[in-house]
Amino acid sequence: MILDGKCPTGPIEKTWDKHRFDLKLVNPANKRKYKVIVVGTGLAGGAAAASLGELGYQVEAFCYQDSPRRAHSIAAQGGRNAAKNYPNDGDSIYRLFYDTIKGGDFRAREADVWRLAQVSNNIIDQCVAQGVPFARDYAGYLDNRSFGGAQVSRTFYARGQTGQQLLLGAYSALARQIKAGTVKMFPRTEMLDLIVVDGEAKGITIRDLVTGEVRAHVADAVVLCTGGYVNVFYLSTNAMGCSVTAAWKAHKKGAFFANPCYTQIHPTCIPQSGDHQSKLTLMSESLRNDGRCWAPKKQGDNRKPGDIPEEDRDYYLERKYPSFGNLAPRDIASRAAKEQCDDNRGVGPGGRGVYLDFAASIKRLGEHTIRERYGNLFEMYEKITDENAYKQPMRIYPAPHYSMGGLWVDYNCMSNIPGLFVLGEANFSVHGANRLGASALMQGLADGYFVIPYTIGGYLAQTKPGAVSVDHAECKRSVEEVNGNIKKLFSIKGKKTVSELYRALGKVMWENVGMARSDASLKTALKEIPKLRDEFWNNVNVSGEGGDFNQQLENAGRLADFLEFAELLSKDALHREESCGGHFRVEHQMPDGEAQRDDVNFCYAAAWESKGVGNEPELHKEPLKFENVHLAIRSYK
Amino acid sequence: MNLTLHVWRQKGPNAPGKLETYDAHNVSPDQSFLEMLDEVNEGLIRKGVEPIAFDHDCREGICGMCSQVINGVPHGGQDRTTVCQLHMRSFKDGDNIFIEPWRATAFPIVKDLVVDRGNLDVIIQAGGYTSCHTGGIADGNALLIPKPEADYAMDAAECIGCGACVAGCPNGSAMLFTSAKVAQLAVLPQGKAEAAARVNNMTEALKDCGFGNCTNHYECQASCPKGINVKFIAKLNREYLKAIAS
Repeated sequence: MILDGKCPTGPIEKTWDKHRFDLKLVNPANKRKYKVIVVGTGLAGGAAAASLGELGYQVEAFCYQDSPRRAHSIAAQGGRNAAKNYPNDGDSIYRLFYDTIKGGDFRAREADVWRLAQVSNNIIDQCVAQGVPFARDYAGYLDNRSFGGAQVSRTFYARGQTGQQLLLGAYSALARQIKAGTVKMFPRTEMLDLIVVDGEAKGITIRDLVTGEVRAHVADAVVLCTGGYVNVFYLSTNAMGCSVTAAWKAHKKGAFFANPCYTQIHPTCIPQSGDHQSKLTLMSESLRNDGRCWAPKKQGDNRKPGDIPEEDRDYYLERKYPSFGNLAPRDIASRAAKEQCDDNRGVGPGGRGVYLDFAASIKRLGEHTIRERYGNLFEMYEKITDENAYKQPMRIYPAPHYSMGGLWVDYNCMSNIPGLFVLGEANFSVHGANRLGASALMQGLADGYFVIPYTIGGYLAQTKPGAVSVDHAECKRSVEEVNGNIKKLFSIKGKKTVSELYRALGKVMWENVGMARSDASLKTALKEIPKLRDEFWNNVNVSGEGGDFNQQLENAGRLADFLEFAELLSKDALHREESCGGHFRVEHQMPDGEAQRDDVNFCYAAAWESKGVGNEPELHKEPLKFENVHLAIRSYK
Repeated sequence: MNLTLHVWRQKGPNAPGKLETYDAHNVSPDQSFLEMLDEVNEGLIRKGVEPIAFDHDCREGICGMCSQVINGVPHGGQDRTTVCQLHMRSFKDGDNIFIEPWRATAFPIVKDLVVDRGNLDVIIQAGGYTSCHTGGIADGNALLIPKPEADYAMDAAECIGCGACVAGCPNGSAMLFTSAKVAQLAVLPQGKAEAAARVNNMTEALKDCGFGNCTNHYECQASCPKGINVKFIAKLNREYLKAIAS
């Protein structure tokens, strides 16, 4: 099937305004008759639930954490982009649009990206009004810094805790609606199924993580804001609870999964210290404003960094990409770091690391300025590594961080299942094959504050409110199925723990489907994953009896879904016979090692339809048209 | 290193709880405290013992989910550090470590080391926001906020809502938590319009939720993994007086 994103046509600058006018409206008195379920309370979900509640819809919001304030958006450090052009350095909506299309290696929809760039400015204003304490200069104006893939300063920030402050802004708006009674909040609940009635999304089945109760919630539309899936690699910068589960359950109920092979490996994370490690920690991209990446020129150079003189250092990003230097985009910077390490010039344990050096900036600006800009990051680095980055360079290595792929959605952020909307990292829409720094916060809030409040009306205006009740046969069937699954997990009583199997999956994925993928490695992964899945269903040990608070059961359920999803991710990577953005196939590279796209054969979004576990999924293509930014080789040299 | 752990086990909110003793073997100094507990749990699962339940999520010190009292001190007592960022290099071979949940009337125990902190959300719902609508907002630079005020607001806004201040306080008070939000919004022009109602409503909620009052022990500041300063409590008191007088 050829998919249609239903993007508005005409001059790109007018697309969103025209579309907003064309969308049907629900009148204020009727809004309260409609119920909307929002799953996840990060930037996208928190903003959506608050905004929809304020509009007058009855909203039920769900999150697995004990409070909506803890969603993993909170961990974003560096900043959020907006095309305000406050520094007068040549920024514009068009430039942000252009940079994002190019940054995504020409694998995103133009109209969606334009809309994102257009509303980026409203978001800053919205957050300021909420009391988000953005960095200001002494005159009281908003301050900016630079991020990768851009030659202008358009990133707004709140120290190294921008995600936290933006999320707390959305959380406070949500809290106001909870108090007003428009939003009912269900913390410590996990979505374990999507309820589809007559082809439309009408509810979800959840497990109450405290009491263990499994029950259905019905609504007139469901909005998934459940984040990304890079925990499929086991070790990533995501929170421990981040999973593909909600998206995967929707996929199994018919929602197409688009471009799962587009995963972002972030260049600057703290290297792994041992097998005991449970997660990896990001060091913000903003550090590359003042930090210089280098590796020793000589192979196996074991000298301390301070003892390696300038002439023996390879500032490889500055050498390879003189015009963007240390602010090359993430996919490019990650591959460059791996290249140094593969050449036996890596540093630290196992040689899997490169230096991020602040000595030059400290000399130029003084330690005080560096401390003011990045103090909390240096502190975090020291806590984890016991090293002082003011005195010696940080050691960094790439780590899984973000997923550009996600559930397929049209221009309205609605999936192919009518009534199922998907926002933020959980959808596939705007980042193409590589996301630029400081654009995730922008997308989450854009979708939540300024897209879904309009587009959901277009759908609801054509549906009858309250069509399905929890007594519906589909709800009962869904609850039975979820209960059956839980019972099955408990009944295995095998020998391996959930985390043993999870680590094994992570190893297969990182080694074969990580930063460099080949036909052979992907086929290895596709052989190993079903084996691990069988082992899981025959030999996992889930302790406890269910019925109450049981973290092993939660983890087992999430791993079970990753064991199915990993196969789709690998299949997508195998089918995409080109390199683009974060998807690097070693067979497809330029003579200088850069990614080689194949626009003739792969200029499309790959949306996969589930045909059941173990069966071949069906591929649907959505061709991508570039009418404003012309397809070109992406260069940062 | 090898350690002996004394861990609070409690099946549910109304069940009796007690300290159980477990051994932690071959602990690496580079492990985080929670990774050490992960290993202990793996051992328990293999032995058929139910693993220790504890809250955690981001494991990078920002989500505020982790919540353990270690050797009597919330988050273990390392300066500006959450449990998830506490590393085993700060312990030594042979140590006995006592691990307990947050203890406060307003935080009922869910299971083992997990408590219900929903009351902190209730305090924010009482007024920890500006009542701006989505959309229709003037340009961000239309409102000038001098750097010292922006910095002051940010210092307060760093609170991660973990509840260590409550666990550390002999009165089980959430005054530091509440004051951080009151102070952040009171100093910013966009929060001034509702300042009086906010401080009234939030302190009222504080009482209703069963948190104690503040009697200046400063244990909250000592427990806070983000270094939130008690000066914000003074600011809350000033805001409260202003609200009464107005």
